[in-house]
Amino acid sequence: MPALLRTVAVPVWALLMVATVVSWSIGADHGADSNQELATTVIMTTAFAKTWFVGMYFMELRHAPLALRLLFNAWCIVGCAAVLGIYLLG
Amino acid sequence: MTPESHSTFTEAPAIRPVVATAVVAEPEVESAGRWTRGHVPGEVGIWIFILGDMTLYAALFGSFMADRSRDVALFNESAAELHVSFGAINTLLLLCSSLFVVLGIRAVREQISRQRAPLLFALAMVCGAGFVVNKYFEYSDLLSSDLPPAENAFFIYYYVLTGIHLTHLLAGMCVLYFLYRTSRRPRLEQKQIRAAESGASFWHVVDLLWIVLFPLLYLVA
Repeated sequence: MPALLRTVAVPVWALLMVATVVSWSIGADHGADSNQELATTVIMTTAFAKTWFVGMYFMELRHAPLALRLLFNAWCIVGCAAVLGIYLLG
Repeated sequence: MTPESHSTFTEAPAIRPVVATAVVAEPEVESAGRWTRGHVPGEVGIWIFILGDMTLYAALFGSFMADRSRDVALFNESAAELHVSFGAINTLLLLCSSLFVVLGIRAVREQISRQRAPLLFALAMVCGAGFVVNKYFEYSDLLSSDLPPAENAFFIYYYVLTGIHLTHLLAGMCVLYFLYRTSRRPRLEQKQIRAAESGASFWHVVDLLWIVLFPLLYLVA
C-alpha cells in the first residue's frame, strides 16, 4: 500500500482538503459585515484553483494533449473571471 | 507503464499511411503533434461530454450570479438559511472519493498493490453514498421548514443546480460500480483500462462541479 500512495495526487488531495476547511471557516460567518467582498473573492478564487488541481492531478490532464489542457485551463479562468466579474461589478 | 504509452494520439503517427506522411510538410506535422501529443485519460468521446457538461454548468454559474446581482438581499438571506456544514462535508466526501478513484486507477494500470483496487473503488462508492445520505437529510431539513422554494429565485437555483448534480452523482455511482467490477478481473486489456479511465474522469468531474457549487450556493455573501 505505501508504494501506491507514493504519488503527487496524495499531497494534492491533502491541500484540497485543507483549502476546503479554510473556505468553510471563512464563509461560515455569513453575518459578518466586514470584508465580505474580499472573503467571497478569496473563496471563489480558491474554488476554481481547486478545480484546476482536480483536473491536472486527479483527471491527469497534466499529461494530456495541449489542446485539451488549454480548453480546461480556459474553463477555469473564464469561469472564475465571469463569477467574480458579475459579483464585483453586477 | 507510463501514461503516454497507451495514448491514441501518440500511436497515431505509427498507423498513418506512408503516402499521407510523405505529402504533409514537416513543420505542419510537428505543429499538429504539439497540440495532440500526450495521453487522453479515457475515450475522446467522454471528454466531449465532460467539456460540454462543464460549459453548461459554467453558464448556470453565470446565470446564478447575474440573477443574484438583481436581488442581493434575497439571495443572501436565503443562502443564510442553508447549513454550510452539509455542503462542506459533502465536498470533503467527494474529495476522498476522488483520491480513492485515483489510487484505484493507479493500482489497475500500473500494477501497484493491484489486489487493493476493488477495495479502493468500493471506498469511493461509500463516500458517494455518504454524499447521497447527507443530501437526503439536507433536502428533508429544508423542505420541512417554512421556506417557500417555488417562490424564491435562490431556492429554485439551489434545487435545480444541486438536483442536476445529484443526478450526475447517481450516474457516477453506477460508473464506480463498473470500475469495482472491472477491477476484480485478474487481467485487463488496454480497451478496458481506457474505459476505466473514462469512468474515473466522469467521477472526477462530479467532484469538480461540486467544488464550485458549494461556495457558490453556501458561501457567497
